[in-house]
Amino acid sequence: MVLTDKELKYLTETAWKIRRSIVQTTYWAGGGHIGGGLSQTDILVILYFHFMNIDPKNPGWEERDRLVLSKGHGGVGYAPVLAEKGYFSGELLKEFNHTGSPFGMHLDRLKVKGLDASTGSLGHGLPIAVGLAMGAKLQKRPWRTYCIMGDGELAEGSIWEGAMAASHFKLGNLIGFIDRNRHCIDGCTEEVMALEPISDKWASFGWTVLEVDGHDFLQLAEAIEKAHLSLDKPTVVICHTVKGKGVDYMEGKPEWHYGGLDTKMAEEALLSVDRLYGKA
Amino acid sequence: MSEESGLTYSVYDTDHMTPTEIYGHVLAKLGEERKEIVALTADLAKSTKIGKFGDKHPERFFNVGIAEQNLMGIASGLALAGFIPFVSTFAVFAALRAGEQVRTDICYQNLNCKIIATHSGLSFGTAGTTHHCTEDLAVMRSFANMTVIVPADGFETANAVRACVDHPGPVYMRIGRGFEQTVYENENYGFQIGKAVKMHEGSDITVIACGPCVLQAVEAARTIKESQGIEVRVINMHTIKPLDREAIIEAVNDTRKIITVENHSIIGGLGSAVAEVITEEGKSCRLKRLGIPDIFAIVGQTDDLYNLYKIDAEGIIEAIGEMLGKEVEEDDDWEDEV
Ligand SMILES: Cc1ncc(C[n+]2csc(CCOP(=O)(O)OP(=O)(O)O)c2C)c(N)n1
Repeated sequence: MVLTDKELKYLTETAWKIRRSIVQTTYWAGGGHIGGGLSQTDILVILYFHFMNIDPKNPGWEERDRLVLSKGHGGVGYAPVLAEKGYFSGELLKEFNHTGSPFGMHLDRLKVKGLDASTGSLGHGLPIAVGLAMGAKLQKRPWRTYCIMGDGELAEGSIWEGAMAASHFKLGNLIGFIDRNRHCIDGCTEEVMALEPISDKWASFGWTVLEVDGHDFLQLAEAIEKAHLSLDKPTVVICHTVKGKGVDYMEGKPEWHYGGLDTKMAEEALLSVDRLYGKA
Repeated sequence: MSEESGLTYSVYDTDHMTPTEIYGHVLAKLGEERKEIVALTADLAKSTKIGKFGDKHPERFFNVGIAEQNLMGIASGLALAGFIPFVSTFAVFAALRAGEQVRTDICYQNLNCKIIATHSGLSFGTAGTTHHCTEDLAVMRSFANMTVIVPADGFETANAVRACVDHPGPVYMRIGRGFEQTVYENENYGFQIGKAVKMHEGSDITVIACGPCVLQAVEAARTIKESQGIEVRVINMHTIKPLDREAIIEAVNDTRKIITVENHSIIGGLGSAVAEVITEEGKSCRLKRLGIPDIFAIVGQTDDLYNLYKIDAEGIIEAIGEMLGKEVEEDDDWEDEV
C-alpha cells in the first residue's frame, strides 16, 4: 500500500474539512470559482498534507517544494488549504473578496503566505513552474515543483510552449497535474475546444503520462511516487475529477463554474459535503 | 427587452439589461442585416455576452477555447477573407495577452476587426490584478490604425457597436463587467465616433471623463452646482482615439481648469491624451488627472475601489474644490480667449 490506513484516514478527514471550508469561504466571499475549487481539492490535499516538503512556520524556506496553481481561479479552493496547513488563520478567510482583503479570487503571492506564484491569467503557471524547476536544477537542489492546470486551460498555447521546454530541459523534478473535470466556462471542453487524445498529446511532448481518479488518494499517491522516481523526464498526472465534487447540486454542472451562495444554499452544500464523508 | 422592435432601446431595457447584455443583443440583431459579421470568443461567450450572437447565428460564431492569441490571429484571418469579425474577451486578455496579435496581425494589416473588450478597468474588482485592466487604453491608443472607444453606458454601447460596423479598420471598444448604471436617457443624442459629448454646461472648470466615470462626473457637477453654485462643464470623451481636440481646446479656453477622470491608470490613458493636446497647443491651463495611480490596485468591490482611487463623484468633487482655489498663469493670447 502506498498509504497506510492512518494516512488515508488523515487525508480523508482533511479533505472533508477543506471542502467545508471552501463552501464557507465562497459564502463569505459573496461568490467564487467553487466548481473548479472543489474538483482540485484532493490533488492539493495529498500534496500539502502528504508529499510536500514545506514548513508553514518558515514560508520562505529555500529548500521547500514549490506549487504553482496554474488554474489560478481555483484560489477559493486553495486558500483554505493554506489556512488548514497553518500558513495563516482560517478566520482570515471570512474577508475573502472583501475590499482591502489579502484574498481576491486569484491569489497574490505578495499578500498570501505559502503561495509560491501569483496566478489567475490562464496558461501562465506552467511556464513559471518550468522556470522554478530549472532553477532547482541549476542550483543542484532536490526540491520539486508541482503545477496544477485546468483542462480548459490546455487550450492556451503557452501551456504547450512550457510543455515542450520542460522535456527539452529534462525536468524530472517537475510534476504536472491536469484537473480533468471536462468543463471550462462555456461548456464541456470537448465541445468548446476538443482536447482528446490528451494523454497522447502530453506523451508526444516528451512527458511521462499517468492517469488516475483525481478523487482517489491511493491512485494519486501511487502516481506521485512514480513521478518522484523520474530522473530527467517531467511527469503529468491526468486526474479525472468531477467539477463541484462534494456538493451534489453542483457536481458536473457547468453553471457552477462560478457562483454565489445564500445561507440556505451554503447549508445544503455543507450537508452534502458531510454526507460524502459519512458525517451526516 | 423589445426583441422585435429593431434597435431602439428604452430606459426599461437599460434598467433591465447591462451594457454587456445590450452589446450582445445589438450584435445579434446586426448579424441579421449584415451577413459578413462573424463573432469570436475564447471561452467567455456567457461572460462577455457575445454568446447572444451565437444563439442567433451559430454558423457564424466561433468559440476557440481559452486561447486569446489564437483568437486574435483567427479574427485577422477571417477579416482577410472578407468578414467583419467582432471579438470579445476580458480587456486584460484582449489588450495585453494578445496585444502583439492585435498590433501586428490586426492593426499593421489595417484589418476590419472590432474588439469589444469587457471587464475593463476595475470593474471586476474582487478578481484582483490578474483580471483588472488599467493599461489597455495606453497600449491600444499607441497602435497605429486603431480606433479606441470607451462608451459611458448601455445606450452609448449600443450606438458605438452599430457605428463601428461601418467604421473602417480596427476598433478597440472597452466596456465594463456589466453592472454599470446609465447616464443617458435615451440613445438619440447624435453619437459620432470621435466627437465628444457635452453632458453638463459650465464655465468655471471642466471635467473630461470616459466610461463609467462620466456618470460620476455628471453627478459631481450637479451636486456642486446645487450646493455651491459652481458651474462645471462635463465632457464625455467616449472616443480616446481619434481624440476630439476641438472640445478640449474649447474647454481650455473657456475654463482654464481641467480634470480628467478614468477607470484606468493615469499613465497613458485619457488623462495623458488630454495633456498631450493641452501642451502641444501651448495653453496655460491647470490639469489634474484622476485615475489609478502607478500601482496595482487592491482587491475590492468596484464601488469601494472607485471611492478609494477618487474616481467617483465624491473624489471628483474633492478635486474640483482643490483646483478652484488655484491660480492659472496668464499666457500671451489670454485676452482673446477668456
Ligand atoms: C488567459 C485567461 N483567459 C480567460 C480567463 C477566464 N477564465 C477563468 S476560469 C476559465 C475556465 C477555466 O477552465 P478550466 O481550466 O477547465 O478550469 P476548471 O474547470 O478546473 O475551473 C476562464 C476562461 C482567465 N482567467 N485567463
